[in-house]
Amino acid sequence: MLDMAHKQSAKFFFRNSEKAKKLATNPVSSGEKASIALITVAEDVLTSAEFCNTKRRIAHLLTMYGFVIFVTTTAIMIFCYASITAITPSILPLLWHIGAFMLCVGGYWFWFFIRVDVAVEGNPWYRVIRADLFILSLLATATFSLIWSYFQTSDISGWDTLFFVLFVLSSTVLFGGVLWSKFAHMFFKPAAAFQKRVTQADGSRENLPAPADRPEQFGLGIKREAPRHY
Amino acid sequence: MPTFVYMTRCDGCGHCVDICPSDIMHIDKTVRRAVNIEPNMCWECYACVKACPQNAIDVRGYADFAPLGHSVRVLREEEKGTISWKIKFRDGREKNFLSPITTQPWGKNIPILGELELPDKEALNSQLLCFEPDALNIDTGLPVLDKAQLKEGVYY
Repeated sequence: MLDMAHKQSAKFFFRNSEKAKKLATNPVSSGEKASIALITVAEDVLTSAEFCNTKRRIAHLLTMYGFVIFVTTTAIMIFCYASITAITPSILPLLWHIGAFMLCVGGYWFWFFIRVDVAVEGNPWYRVIRADLFILSLLATATFSLIWSYFQTSDISGWDTLFFVLFVLSSTVLFGGVLWSKFAHMFFKPAAAFQKRVTQADGSRENLPAPADRPEQFGLGIKREAPRHY
Repeated sequence: MPTFVYMTRCDGCGHCVDICPSDIMHIDKTVRRAVNIEPNMCWECYACVKACPQNAIDVRGYADFAPLGHSVRVLREEEKGTISWKIKFRDGREKNFLSPITTQPWGKNIPILGELELPDKEALNSQLLCFEPDALNIDTGLPVLDKAQLKEGVYY
């Protein structure tokens, strides 16, 4: 928060939106803005529509919903069903496992194939930098949680404790080490998407020319291939 | 002056990395968005600006050529075969341009230079070709580009 105040981010975005309003050719009413906000939530937030690349979009949806389900069910089970006499509804551990599994599928797919360092810059998947702390701790959390669950249900003592400790450690690293910008993307990406839709609705389009009034007849050119020619 | 990337629009897809002829558009390691790593070497070809699917790249013009208060933005729509420019001068004037970039479907009817006929003796002795190929000073022959190196849409 101090960093945002120091950078004057709010002032910058506010000034930008004032500039955009001056360029507007057809002003947008508050009712229209409300419907744009709903569309932003439905498309850009719930279905991650801003991703042009389908693989990235699917991987993001898997990790996003997996994370939400996993963390929510963890919190519910810890805070509502922690006592020895509590009877946990079976749906909760089921969803917990599904969430962890979705995290693993989306996360490992992202790590090995989709990460821009690998896909666009040609680095090998095992090349690790500080920025990878988040995804690696996320993958570790999900993986150790599933392994812990397996050993616990198989009643193999010792191993279940080990993986529980690893699970707790990795989730501590995950939540403790997350960058503000990574955490904040949950808020500023929808805000940016909303602002982009408003600029398209009010005609300012961030000074971009209007889409040409021509038929789409020539097929894709450079967009036929994903960028991999590093 | 060079290109810069709007971080709220860039999604790190890498089209600008691929298309930059100077190899100076790359993906930043920490924020995982595109960044111009060597602004001095940018010659404002606008390739990355046109290639960006999110229109996240813009150019800061040199102050003598493009003083503050201007705006130059381009929209390349390859499926429509058009390129549109919107230029705003700082006195309020605005110019809009719409030009074609292709008249046939991409990837079709590309002339294969290797299949064309070689010039005959008369053409070789003409004003245009009389110094070829000796004037090229390449004894080992011309370099060959492997087609697999190039992405679809790049022709030679």
